[in-house]
Amino acid sequence: MAQDTVTLKIKRGSGSGESTWEEFSVPLSPNANVISCLMEVRKNPVTKGGASTTPVQWDSCCLEEVCGACTMVINGRARQACSTMVNGPHGIAKSGETITIEPMTKFPRVRDLVVDRSKMFEALKRVKAWIQIDGSHELGAGPRVAPKDQEIMYPLSRCMTCGCCVESCPNYNDHSPFIGPFAISLVRMYNMHPSGKMHAGERLDSIMSEGGIADCGKAQNCVKVCPKAIPLTESIAVMGRETLKRALFGWLLK
Amino acid sequence: MAAKVSVKSKNGKVRRAIVVGGGLAGLMTVIKLCEAGIPVDIISLVPVKRSHSVCAQGGINASVNLKGEGDSPSIHMEETVLGGDFLANQPPVKGMAEAAPGIVFMLDRMGVPFNRTPEGNLDFRRFGGTLFHRTAFSGATTGQQLLYALDEQVRRYETMDVTDDRGVTIPGEKMVRKFEFWDMCDVIFDDNGIVRGIIAQDLKTSEIRAFMGDAVCLATGGVGMVYGRSTNSVINTGSAAAVAYRRGAIYSNGEFIQVHPTAIPGADKLRLISESVRGEGGRVWVPRDQNDKRAGKDIPEKERYYFLEERYPAYKNLVPRDIASREIFKTVVHEGYHTRPGVRAAFLDVTHLAKTPSAKQALRNKLEGVLEIYEKFAGEDPYENPMEIFPAVHYSMGGLWVDFEQDARGSLKIGSPKNAMTNLPGLFATGEADYQYHGANRLGANSLLSCIYGGMVTGPAMASWREGAHGSAFDMDNGIFEKAAQRARDEFEGYYKRTGGSYTENAFKLHDELAEEMLVKVTVERKNDELDGVIAKIAEFNERFEKCAVLDTTPTGKMNQPAVFLRHMRGMLDLAEVIVRGARARDENRGAHYKPIFDPDRKEAKEYAGEGAGKGRDDENWLKTTMARFTKDGPKFDYEKVDISLVKPRARVYKQASMDAAKGTIGATDAKTADAKQAST
Repeated sequence: MAQDTVTLKIKRGSGSGESTWEEFSVPLSPNANVISCLMEVRKNPVTKGGASTTPVQWDSCCLEEVCGACTMVINGRARQACSTMVNGPHGIAKSGETITIEPMTKFPRVRDLVVDRSKMFEALKRVKAWIQIDGSHELGAGPRVAPKDQEIMYPLSRCMTCGCCVESCPNYNDHSPFIGPFAISLVRMYNMHPSGKMHAGERLDSIMSEGGIADCGKAQNCVKVCPKAIPLTESIAVMGRETLKRALFGWLLK
Repeated sequence: MAAKVSVKSKNGKVRRAIVVGGGLAGLMTVIKLCEAGIPVDIISLVPVKRSHSVCAQGGINASVNLKGEGDSPSIHMEETVLGGDFLANQPPVKGMAEAAPGIVFMLDRMGVPFNRTPEGNLDFRRFGGTLFHRTAFSGATTGQQLLYALDEQVRRYETMDVTDDRGVTIPGEKMVRKFEFWDMCDVIFDDNGIVRGIIAQDLKTSEIRAFMGDAVCLATGGVGMVYGRSTNSVINTGSAAAVAYRRGAIYSNGEFIQVHPTAIPGADKLRLISESVRGEGGRVWVPRDQNDKRAGKDIPEKERYYFLEERYPAYKNLVPRDIASREIFKTVVHEGYHTRPGVRAAFLDVTHLAKTPSAKQALRNKLEGVLEIYEKFAGEDPYENPMEIFPAVHYSMGGLWVDFEQDARGSLKIGSPKNAMTNLPGLFATGEADYQYHGANRLGANSLLSCIYGGMVTGPAMASWREGAHGSAFDMDNGIFEKAAQRARDEFEGYYKRTGGSYTENAFKLHDELAEEMLVKVTVERKNDELDGVIAKIAEFNERFEKCAVLDTTPTGKMNQPAVFLRHMRGMLDLAEVIVRGARARDENRGAHYKPIFDPDRKEAKEYAGEGAGKGRDDENWLKTTMARFTKDGPKFDYEKVDISLVKPRARVYKQASMDAAKGTIGATDAKTADAKQAST
């Protein structure tokens, strides 16, 4: 009996250089996901046509969809390679079918499927995505938080800076300074926190300048692709109201 | 407090410390260094926000006693020591347990969205090895939330300028510089054997360069990848620790590898299903009828064998991990039970906790992160069907040997430069990369705590060490740094020559073979003849490693993962040998280290003709820390006495409903409450 296989069609290349496509035939193991298929390629770097090639390179870490590292474009959609099952109930391919894998397009390519998402971390600096604590020394218990507020903040805090939202966002690209939905959503979270609130204005200012919330084109793709189902459009709407309030009445507070 | 050593060297360089690894332990160390006014370079394999700490699910222990159960840090300390089967030096454990409530409060102030009680207080859940509600949690992604909180604080330091001794800003210098996608390749020593920096490689370009540091900390996590598929992240090869070990650092208690009782088997990794699932009431069982082909949810209550509850009436499903893993292994592998014929697994069941929509929502608020992993990766709804789980390699209790200084109260003396320092002067280790807090078995939700406490100890220790009278790397001749960098470049370029002809091996395949040996023979149950076999196999793998081809000869200047993997594979072979030889030598049962011949209940013990058959834990001969040193002929072992100054070793029993702590050193009130608590369960 011939073993079940799938074909991986992978876009390869380095930096801003030319891209080439290579195809690999990979045996299907039980519970296979895209990562396990890529691992097979690494162990046997031979193309479908029988040509020997270099192992495909990709970024990965936790393999359980909490670190965000292995985001790539699979069959046209940005998602984590680890949680993209190949077979089983949520599988994306049957034996004999082809899976197309490309690096994300909104970031500089490093090599093959590896991209450099530093830009996203820079955005977190810009919006001051932190609580300004006085120090790590003992200062007693933190502020009390109502369970209903925690239930809003926790899902927002699960953003793993993976890049799916910006990959799918038509307003996030080389020609635009837009910081992206994830950063706006985190401003909402920090501005809700009892001590984060004390610096809410600074964070609002950071998303009211160039590349901020006004650059959102309301395409609403982000919320559809977020692997953690973070209510990104809701966050943008809430922050839209807050920034508007600040724009209209902020001068009264100065 | 201003540092006495000036921020700038004579030739204008900013004196920095180095922290390798950006997980919880590394980032906490960085925060403490920055608070002491010391600028830091962070070297990390991945952007620090993606470090393996994100995988921790269940929570962080702290005896805050917000549930009014009479919990206290002294009970936490005692249970941690007992859970670790008395192999941990006790002063650091005491320090950790005492600092825990303050740590949780600090994290809360940093904005971690911990779950709350109706009154708005921190909520606590139960975890293994204790009967108290001691574990603060943020859904079931606590590690991720904690890491993000520290990451945010460090990012704040990334935007802060370095100021000189007069308070004037030094242009272009920030308190924290991150070198992400960088791999440590070597340690740099001066002529007196003091560590002065490291060599690291930019994985994006393959560039290799030296980093000077007035103290170096390795916070590089565990070694799960030695076992291939584990609950660990793919970066956890232990490479940096292995590099330090090759350069003379002592590696301690390597043989103590925690196998987590509940994980989902997968083709690429074994995904953790947190102990918090049992903490919230999840139950482990198998069908009593081994031929039962029905789906788990269709099997009636009386036909289910809740083996942990039957065997451990007091702690039930929350016995410590080493015990739970052994029981599942025994029940499934030796006694032939399973979830359905042909599948090697037991059920972990939460369906009874999700019978009504409101109960289901409450469960979701507490466990969504982990139940969603099951849903995504196993493709089944865990709210409707019991989950199929099996034990998986999870945590290394062992790690780089580090020192500590005790204070007058028997706790850890914060600020002593001895703390967290390896035997290589100037090189520190913390987090899972060290061996300090967990002895022979770690209690659940103590790892997040030990990582953060480790950072709180290591930062001040590095700051004190920097004040010592041994000069600064930044005043030294550039020669030693350039020489070390060149040696590393030569070594890496040597990999490029591994092509054609005799280079017939694929390192990724060799890794699979190593992992298979380790996984089958060096996990839950260990047999001396099999361990001998693995030792012989590793010798063979070492030879075959020399024949591993580079696989990618793209000119340097580009990312080259296959070439870098050769360095990591070298390290995994070294550490595998430390683990296996340590296990072979240790003839007793202690915590996660278990040989059937020493278990009086096993037939292997009855059949064993050698000395000590069925003896169990052997304090007389083996209450000692394993210390492995690298030699060209394999690890050389010494042993060191364990500091048991606070809690006297006693038998480790979890079957009875009597709290062991009552017989120990804790106060009478604590013990009474504990007993009352026991009686009610």
